[in-house]
Order: sequence, then C-alpha cells, then structure tokens
Amino acid sequence: MTTQKSALDPAAFTPKSVYRIYIAATPERVWQALIDPAFTAQYFFGLKAEVEPRRGGRFRLLWPDGREHITGEVVDWSPPRRLCVSWDVRNMPPFSELPTCLVTYDVEAEGELTRLTMTESHDWDIPRDIMLGGEEGWPKIISGLKSLLETGKPLTFDMAAGPPPDFVAAVERAASEKPWLLK
Amino acid sequence: MSKAMNKASHVYVTYIRSTPENVWRAITDPDLSARYWGHSNVSDWTVGASWEHRRTDAAGKPDLKGMVIESSAPRRLVISWAYPADVDAPARVSRVAFDIEPHKDDMVRLTVSHSELEAGGEMERGITQGWPFVLSSLKSFLETGKGLL
Repeated sequence: MTTQKSALDPAAFTPKSVYRIYIAATPERVWQALIDPAFTAQYFFGLKAEVEPRRGGRFRLLWPDGREHITGEVVDWSPPRRLCVSWDVRNMPPFSELPTCLVTYDVEAEGELTRLTMTESHDWDIPRDIMLGGEEGWPKIISGLKSLLETGKPLTFDMAAGPPPDFVAAVERAASEKPWLLK
Repeated sequence: MSKAMNKASHVYVTYIRSTPENVWRAITDPDLSARYWGHSNVSDWTVGASWEHRRTDAAGKPDLKGMVIESSAPRRLVISWAYPADVDAPARVSRVAFDIEPHKDDMVRLTVSHSELEAGGEMERGITQGWPFVLSSLKSFLETGKGLL
C-alpha cells in the first residue's frame, strides 16, 4: 500500500532538526558538493544525487546499483545560496511509510568561509525518537562533506549495521499508527 | 524571590579524522586551543580545579570560567561554564560535557553537550552561534593543521 501524498505546501512544514558547519571553501564549491553525484557518492553513504536544476524538477538519491533511496522534487533552486528538496524514502519499509519531509541547505559566504546549514522540516508532530535516529546520520554526512572539500578525502562510515533497533522500532510504531492522518 | 527557571540544552556531534588523544589535547592545551578557538583553555584539568577561557593578548583576561567536574583523559571532560561575573550565581552557571569516542580506525566522534543553560538567555544565544563554528574550526585544525580563524 502506498501512502497518498497530498500536494506539497512548504509553509505547512516546521524545522525539527538543524545542523550547521563552517567550511574553508567557496559557496560555489559547497553547492557543487551538494548536487554533483561525483561528490555525494563520496560523503553521502555512497548515494548519488540527481537534481534537475529548476524549481519543480526531479530530485533523487540513488544507491550505487541505481536503486532509488530517496525521491522528491526541487522546492527551491537558488544556486549557490539555497537548495530545498522534498524527501520520500523508497523501498525501505518501515521508513518508506513515513510522510514526505523537506531538506533545505542554506549556503552562505562568511568572509573566506562558507556556512552550510541543513534544516530538516516536517508537517506532522514527528516523535522525538524518530528525529534522534535521523540526527545520527546528518553529522556523518555533513562532517564528511567538510573533510572532502578541505582535505580531498572523505570520511568513510560503515553502513553494514543498518539503522539502530530503537530507531527502526520508533518508525515501525509510527508507520502502524499513522499519526499524521490526524492533522 | 525565587522562580523556577526554564533550562535549555544543546548537543553538537562532529566526526573528525583524528585520535581521542589529539582531540583531548586540542581542547585542553592553552596553545593549541588558541589556534582554532581564539582563546586559551587553561587549567590543570583535575577534578575540582578551576578552568579559564582566556584571551590570547598579553593581559589574558578570561571571558569564561568554571570548574572541572569530571576528567577522564582522553575520553570525557565535564566542566562548568559561566561568564566571569556569573560564577557565583548558580542559576547562570551552565555545564559542558565533551565525549570523545573513537569511531572505526581513523575517526573520533566528538559530542559536546551544553546543558543547564538559562533558556533564552545571553549564554544560550552565544553558544548556539559559537559551538558550530568552534567545532568546525577544531575539525579543520586537526585535519588540515589550520583552524578557521
């Protein structure tokens, strides 16, 4: 069964998780690292980004074998300052049962540095234990992006263990109760 | 007059290609901390000792002060944290824990947990701006030899 996704209204989404980092690189290089599959494959758990460069364009993150992990659409395309994409997990129950979320990257020059802020927003009262699970991932991804741009060498994380059991249990609970339908 | 105070806390996680020993030294050594933090962290880092976050000019005025609460080199350091004028006002003394865990063979997962903050106060505003920069600069310093200052 697929969840019926309603038309996306960015104003209905509230920031639930913010991760900020400063990088010794230009905004243009940081922007490229966010959208270029040759970069994302190195720091984003091997996932290749595919971004149609316009508002309303298609956004996907693909596993090395081409399977879809994340699909969505480009909600804001303002190079090199702001990228916002909608985010649906695919082919990975129970995670793929969760409603669409928004991921926004704000890229701001600060002197010779770039301040990158990732904001994850949701349009339902997402339980804290699900957010904590997601918050295990972002520091790895964003720390790896910074290392890649500053040293030429990414950080490599072990994905074999999969998501922590508590995280999976929290998502399973939400997927069966579907609290977002009660909005 | 006593009034229940709302307390806030913030947690920051960073992965650094380094060793726990080097992360510990970068946080606790006055000369190393000056190079990426712009202040010298000065203490003997034994439990019960005081610590100061001193400016790097000749006068070396402290901008933060506190006590060492836990000290387990190179894995965990807990300190109290306040503006010098507030050290004797318990409601204005916050707490910072550094957890330094090895991750895989070549990384450290550094978690900074800043708790006991006066919600909405000057210190909370300052540290939410400050920690992402300090931790970014620390990571650059340990990975490239150059902080972001």
